Amino acid sequence: MNNIDLSVLSAEEIISLKLRSLYKRYGYSCFKMSKFEEYDLYGKNKDFLISDSVITFTDTNGKLMALKPDVTLSIVKNSPAEPAGVTRLYYDENVYRISESTRRYKELMQVGLECMGPITEKEVCEVAKLAAESLKVISEDSVLTVSDLKIRQAALKNAGAGEREISAAISAKNAGAVEKLCGACGVDKQAEKLLTYLASAGGSCAAVTEGLKNVTSDIEILAAADALDRVCRAAEETGVTVRADFSLTGDINYYNGVVFKGYVKGVPAGILSGGQYDGLMAKMNKKSGAVGFAVYADLLERVGARGADNGKE
Amino acid sequence: MERNEMLNVALPKGRLGEKVYQAFERAGFPAEDVLSPSTRKLVFENPAAGVRYFWVKPSDVAIYVERGAADIGVAGKDILMEYRPDVYELLDLGLGKCRLAVAAKKGFTDSGDYTLRVATKFPNAAAEFYAGKGRDIDVIKLNGSIELAPVLGLSDVIVDIVETGATLKENNLEPVETVAEISARLIANKAAYQFKSPVMENVAAALKGALV
Repeated sequence: MNNIDLSVLSAEEIISLKLRSLYKRYGYSCFKMSKFEEYDLYGKNKDFLISDSVITFTDTNGKLMALKPDVTLSIVKNSPAEPAGVTRLYYDENVYRISESTRRYKELMQVGLECMGPITEKEVCEVAKLAAESLKVISEDSVLTVSDLKIRQAALKNAGAGEREISAAISAKNAGAVEKLCGACGVDKQAEKLLTYLASAGGSCAAVTEGLKNVTSDIEILAAADALDRVCRAAEETGVTVRADFSLTGDINYYNGVVFKGYVKGVPAGILSGGQYDGLMAKMNKKSGAVGFAVYADLLERVGARGADNGKE
Repeated sequence: MERNEMLNVALPKGRLGEKVYQAFERAGFPAEDVLSPSTRKLVFENPAAGVRYFWVKPSDVAIYVERGAADIGVAGKDILMEYRPDVYELLDLGLGKCRLAVAAKKGFTDSGDYTLRVATKFPNAAAEFYAGKGRDIDVIKLNGSIELAPVLGLSDVIVDIVETGATLKENNLEPVETVAEISARLIANKAAYQFKSPVMENVAAALKGALV
């Protein structure tokens, strides 16, 4: 092994190896899978996929198969329905999706991990910390943004008929539109204050969750905010900047609690994305929870370096 | 602020862009020669204020911002509705106010018992508007002279930007209903925002003050 010339590896390959090594150190096992699955798995869960177009072909037995556009669905499918304990898995796989820019299929490398079973706050903190550690491997200059969908969902209960539009305005950090929509939909002033705060707040978890206390006394929201603060603290232990940001969202049919997105300087889009997806587990008849994330390795070429320590082992 | 820490701002070329720049200037972010008609410069910097401006085609502002070539920019709500870039929309500047409206020949009524032919430069915004009403439509994408479509029988209605309504009137057309109120919006790249949010929020607040 000592004779391997590491300089032949690309930035993506180096970072991917470092991430796999990181996940292994934390007790995660490698999940290896086939390049294709039965199409039915993706057809039933199209909303969970980033791109709903899938490359399909008919197998020799007549079954409609698909080149996998996603890894999480396959891992969940293969997980036990009633697990005795927590399963920790990581993967480094290629997925096949339509490129936003060319509208043609593209093969993309994706590295990530899933933690499934009787998930508690401890596991959520562990995965958030690993998400931050992953960003640190990619670049010294990175930010992990974190939110809890329960906070947003609880606040939106008071949005009345404007729920969908107000939610979209929160996602766009468009506090002005939230105010206008609340006015137009007759949302009461206290609820409007909270919804506007969710659109405009962003910064250190401690400050943002403290700010929530000034705009709501909702017990469910404040409990979720306290839990979010603890998750942030776990991620902050890595030294990575962690920001609470309620504009972060996810399909509520799948995601149900803490969600996160990671950014590294110089890459114009989120490079890491994940969260708690108990909804997906329930949809696939699994009596357990799950939390995980994926690093979009195709964006790593934009980082320009060979990881945070410039390729040193 | 280091050179690479400057805030890159995409301004929309044209009269609206000039008004937008003037608002930035009043907000405390001027740069030399931005409005000079004789300059051949493409990029205008003020390191002291930490800003770097460049002019781009109005419909391209959202692309520059979404792709991270610009940290922030100013784009019309019509462009944002049509192209749905994955960006933050930090502030409604209230400039360039107009509306995206459905217009038709005077006296036109939509009986609803046929597929409505809609000519527009905004096929996605038009399709979403009619989908919300459950109305079956056929979208005809045009790049200009939209008003001509109903006059020549190419479409039943048009979905287009209406400012004063004078062009419609001259062509015997009239606005039928409003799709959305349009104005210029300050947009931000989501990734850049995570690293430069204090500066971006500072610019947004200063602009808000300058526009009062």
